[in-house]
Amino acid sequence: MDRSVVAWLVLLAAAAVLPLGLGEFHVHLLTEILILALFAAAFNLLFGYTGLLSFGQAAYFAVGAYTSALWLKGPWPSLPLALAVGALLAAAVALVVGYLCVRRDEIYFAMVTLAFGQLIFVVIWRWREVTGGSDGIGGIPRPPLHLGLAEVALAPTLHFYYFALAVVAAALYVLWRITRSPLGLTLQAVRDNARRVDYLGVPMGRYRLAAFTVSGLFCGLAGALFAPYQGTITPDLSDWMRSAEAVMMTLLGGPQVFGGPVLGAALMTLLKDFVASETEYWPLLVGTAVVLLVLFLPGGVGGALWAMKKQGTGQETAPARAGAEEAV
Amino acid sequence: MDGLLAMIGMEQAGSLHGAMDVAAGAGSAGGIDWQLYATLFLNGLSQASHMFLVAVGLSLIFGVMRVLNLAHGAIHIAGVYVALTVLSWWDNWWVALLVAPLLVAAFGAGMEVALLRPMYGRHPTYVLILTFGVVLILHDLFKIGWGVDYKILPEPPALRGAVELFGIVYPVSYLFSIGAAVALGALLWMLLNHTRPGRIIRACAEDREMAASLGINVPLVYTAVFTLGTFLTAFGGVLMGTLMATSAPEALETMLYAFAVVVIGGLGSLGGAALGALLVGQLNSFGLLAVPEWNMAFMFLAMALVLVLRPRGLLGKGGA
Repeated sequence: MDRSVVAWLVLLAAAAVLPLGLGEFHVHLLTEILILALFAAAFNLLFGYTGLLSFGQAAYFAVGAYTSALWLKGPWPSLPLALAVGALLAAAVALVVGYLCVRRDEIYFAMVTLAFGQLIFVVIWRWREVTGGSDGIGGIPRPPLHLGLAEVALAPTLHFYYFALAVVAAALYVLWRITRSPLGLTLQAVRDNARRVDYLGVPMGRYRLAAFTVSGLFCGLAGALFAPYQGTITPDLSDWMRSAEAVMMTLLGGPQVFGGPVLGAALMTLLKDFVASETEYWPLLVGTAVVLLVLFLPGGVGGALWAMKKQGTGQETAPARAGAEEAV
Repeated sequence: MDGLLAMIGMEQAGSLHGAMDVAAGAGSAGGIDWQLYATLFLNGLSQASHMFLVAVGLSLIFGVMRVLNLAHGAIHIAGVYVALTVLSWWDNWWVALLVAPLLVAAFGAGMEVALLRPMYGRHPTYVLILTFGVVLILHDLFKIGWGVDYKILPEPPALRGAVELFGIVYPVSYLFSIGAAVALGALLWMLLNHTRPGRIIRACAEDREMAASLGINVPLVYTAVFTLGTFLTAFGGVLMGTLMATSAPEALETMLYAFAVVVIGGLGSLGGAALGALLVGQLNSFGLLAVPEWNMAFMFLAMALVLVLRPRGLLGKGGA
């Protein structure tokens, strides 16, 4: 079996066993890591694999979260349905916005995704009748899960953790398969040499749009999980600061490794929990960290480990920086 | 980050709507439609003047350096904060109007040399992420230095009150802001098109390697351009901070307007920034008549339309 598959299975087993020894607060934190890991990995399908930096992915996270919240408070409160509806609506919105955004790349793409992301923020913020405006939506229930004969309550923190673990693991698996599918390989070709791909007659815009929609789908799924996890959601979810969190988590973990964003989400959430309890100047620290990371370690922690491993086995010893620049 | 999230989420739509009051005032006083339209047009112009000063710096820096500075909005607001401090030293608005942008520009020069220079030759996407790190740092520094309240700069006596123009009563400070933006735009046009430094800047924008091989000190030009861009946006900040109360989170909204302006007008083009600012300013102002709460939507619609019909912008020259 492939070594990375073994590593993932070990990680999954660890994730399954870990919460048994932890208190409720830490299980809650682990659930957040899972959700943000999916969010960051979905973002990285665009960034690391397609070479498009989106500064507006929080919008699709928020569309998923609001749809899921409204569905759960509606007449048929079912969590799987809420996740499906949330993810699909997010993908639909991403399809429309993506149609406009993929017309440009690089800097323009970042600028336009940020602008349209902020449009969705404004809509959520002002459409008081549906979204509750700045108050958001509270009291989002976690209905029990019907598994044929049995019924599993999801209200307990630990139960919801396992539900989230199952959803996130399945979603990450699908995303991973996508990166290895013909679609994923074409996306990486677009990233590495757009001009050549264009010359080969590949409809590049359509592939970029596909990547944007799939990324939106999984961002939406992460958001749809987040609503019942948190119980209350506010328009902040769609703010560019949350979009930037995906960027920073990915950068911290390393964009050129599939597991990078997952590692980044874990590091970032744990650091935030630790540092935010010590100081109120968390943004100042994160900002400094971002500047230093970009200047000195653009491959992220994952990229650095990757480079060290390669160095150890005597393979290509190019610095992490070169690898990361090629990846984007 | 939650504190910052909450802060940024707050009152996002506050700024640039200050002009609404002026429109309402004129509407009830005149009662004649064309007076309302003329007032809305002037409001559009005054909004355009701030957007232009922010967008032209953004566009200039991008055009020459291929850098999208996400901290551009924060630097705009820095103009307001630094002007407050300068006013506490000398109680003279005119001094603050000049000194505050100069101080902010000095920061810009430092940022270019210390953070952007090591990034020459790196992928533009990474430079963009770096400037986002600067946004986070600046926002926290604002909070530490000046608190989170809304701030407004006191108007100088010369700009107080209103004048009557063709039967429309309009505040002097708004007119001054329009005039200042037009004057700065004209100066910049002169600089770029009719002076030797302007030729050098255009040469660097056109072909960096060729310029370098002709003996032009390209890094020095980059630093100068970045400093000039920061000066312009901070100058716009002082003007805007005098007309309406602002706080750090509004930096984002200002920058979004600037984004729309350069997407519509074409990134890297001075005329594009002017045309884009005029369009967005008027759309925003007359949008108030059609759908008061949602006037921002017109800007996004215009941006979407330009992206579909002419992706490089109305006056853009193509390229990235």
